[in-house]
Amino acid sequence: MSGVLAVLEQREGRLHKMALEALAAAQQIGAALGEPVYAAIIGGAAEALAGYKLAKVYAISHDLLKEYTPDGYTLALKQLIAAHQPKFVFFPHTYQVRDFAPKLATALGRVLISDVVGHRIDGNALVLVRQLFQGKINADVRFEGEPPYFASIQAGAFRADSLEAGSAEVEAVTPAIDAAQIRTKPLELYRESQRAVDLTVAEIIVSVGRGIREADNIPIVQALADAFHGELAASRPICDNGWLPMERQVGSSGQTVAPKMYLAVGISGAIQHLVGMKGSKTIVAINKDPEAPIFEVADYGIVGDLFEVVPALVDELKKLG
Amino acid sequence: MKIVVAIKQVPSRDSQLKISSSGKWIEDADLTYEINEPDAYALESGLQLREKTGGEVIVICAGPAGASQTIREALAKGADRAIHIETGDYSSSDPLALARIMAKALESEKPDLLLTGLQSDDLGYGQTGVILAEVLGLPHVTLVMNIETEGAGIRVKRELEDGWFQNIDVPLPALLTIQSGATKLRYATLMGIKKAKTKEVKQLRAADLDAGAAATIRLEKIYIPGKTKKSQIFDGPAKESAAKLIEKLRFEARVI
Repeated sequence: MSGVLAVLEQREGRLHKMALEALAAAQQIGAALGEPVYAAIIGGAAEALAGYKLAKVYAISHDLLKEYTPDGYTLALKQLIAAHQPKFVFFPHTYQVRDFAPKLATALGRVLISDVVGHRIDGNALVLVRQLFQGKINADVRFEGEPPYFASIQAGAFRADSLEAGSAEVEAVTPAIDAAQIRTKPLELYRESQRAVDLTVAEIIVSVGRGIREADNIPIVQALADAFHGELAASRPICDNGWLPMERQVGSSGQTVAPKMYLAVGISGAIQHLVGMKGSKTIVAINKDPEAPIFEVADYGIVGDLFEVVPALVDELKKLG
Repeated sequence: MKIVVAIKQVPSRDSQLKISSSGKWIEDADLTYEINEPDAYALESGLQLREKTGGEVIVICAGPAGASQTIREALAKGADRAIHIETGDYSSSDPLALARIMAKALESEKPDLLLTGLQSDDLGYGQTGVILAEVLGLPHVTLVMNIETEGAGIRVKRELEDGWFQNIDVPLPALLTIQSGATKLRYATLMGIKKAKTKEVKQLRAADLDAGAAATIRLEKIYIPGKTKKSQIFDGPAKESAAKLIEKLRFEARVI
């Protein structure tokens, strides 16, 4: 078995925003281990990959793959892996990948190392870094036994701008799939409501998390957002509780933002939240726990009780007029 | 409908974690524990579905002896009975090995529907449900927000990225992983707590169910992550810290 295969994702012919980072992971790790690098994509966008330094691009298509199903994708990729025997198979850690990649790995008797945030090469072996306990602890994980070795790459772990350009041959692949093998039936896609707030254009975002404790305390943080002339946002639990609308959620299941300043109030900083905001120019964190992972990405931090710190900040800003 | 809900016990969210001397797991002796929050939503979905369709809810939990506390809480909230697979700590926990053990424990149950949380708050692989479905040969849907019965099967609402959703028809038996926040969680009533004491908890041992397949990944060591950024931290009195921060934001970061 040899080579690194990056299995990438597209929607309506456009590459997923995390696809190129997973491709960068494949290129870098492939180069470090002296393995050729391949890419595979189901249902389109193969041409977008042909301009990179790759041994080959597999463009997989089939009528039964037009709509995503875990059964269909697993069958198609199982056949590709059987035919080409890659040593490593990397995915971007998207919702879709989380849905089918563990199934694919299980079907081949392997475990996917999911949600990878870093790596190192130890001799000839690959060591992958992933987070435990909502980002409070990191773990080094290795593959054991025989390949193929599966891993999914979290956003921000590799830089897409480090991709090496080149010219790759595109090979069309049509897997053998029978309609009876696809058990779930996907129906229409929809959104619940039009978004009234576009957090992605805000210059300053003040974001609130579990530390706020109850809905009645939200105005305390709203006052800070107003004092900064910024938008109020939140981590997932706040929106899950209905304390703020879903459209104000930042993170992997909400919006991805990169404002001039992102101020996180009472947010511990689980990876699902960090991926949505760590591109911000200046990050400020207020948290009572000095070990909270949010401080790892913060430029400035205040360790303290938000119920004292936030009003104090509002007072300071009022002084500025 | 016969519904199995897989739950896990994890350290409480605000735990101060220390690495154990082995470097492979945390010091777990003095921690307090709670149900893995995503699993609480899976349990809630299972209980709501039983209220609509009838049948029973069985919780299955793989974990150390101390996990019995979380199992009792699930029974107090309304689960009908439980299966506790006793394991060691989670440091050597390979999600595939664990799913195979759970599949073995469920062999005689033949549930119509299996529910899990979308991920655990400790190891966070986010895979146990999907792996268990594949081991059992069942179709699955992840990140489910809502479940309705539809003919002989079910129609579920799945969350996608960027605020999109999709409805999916699924034949039974099937496995669903439940998205957090999809519904309100119930509290155990006094009556529920009392009843839970008499409900059946079947005790199994992981070692007896493990077919012993070799692990394919290995947790080498765990550690507190190093800072990726040089942060300036203020930890004095609130008023003082606030003044210092505003000063920095104005004259150093120049964002206000």
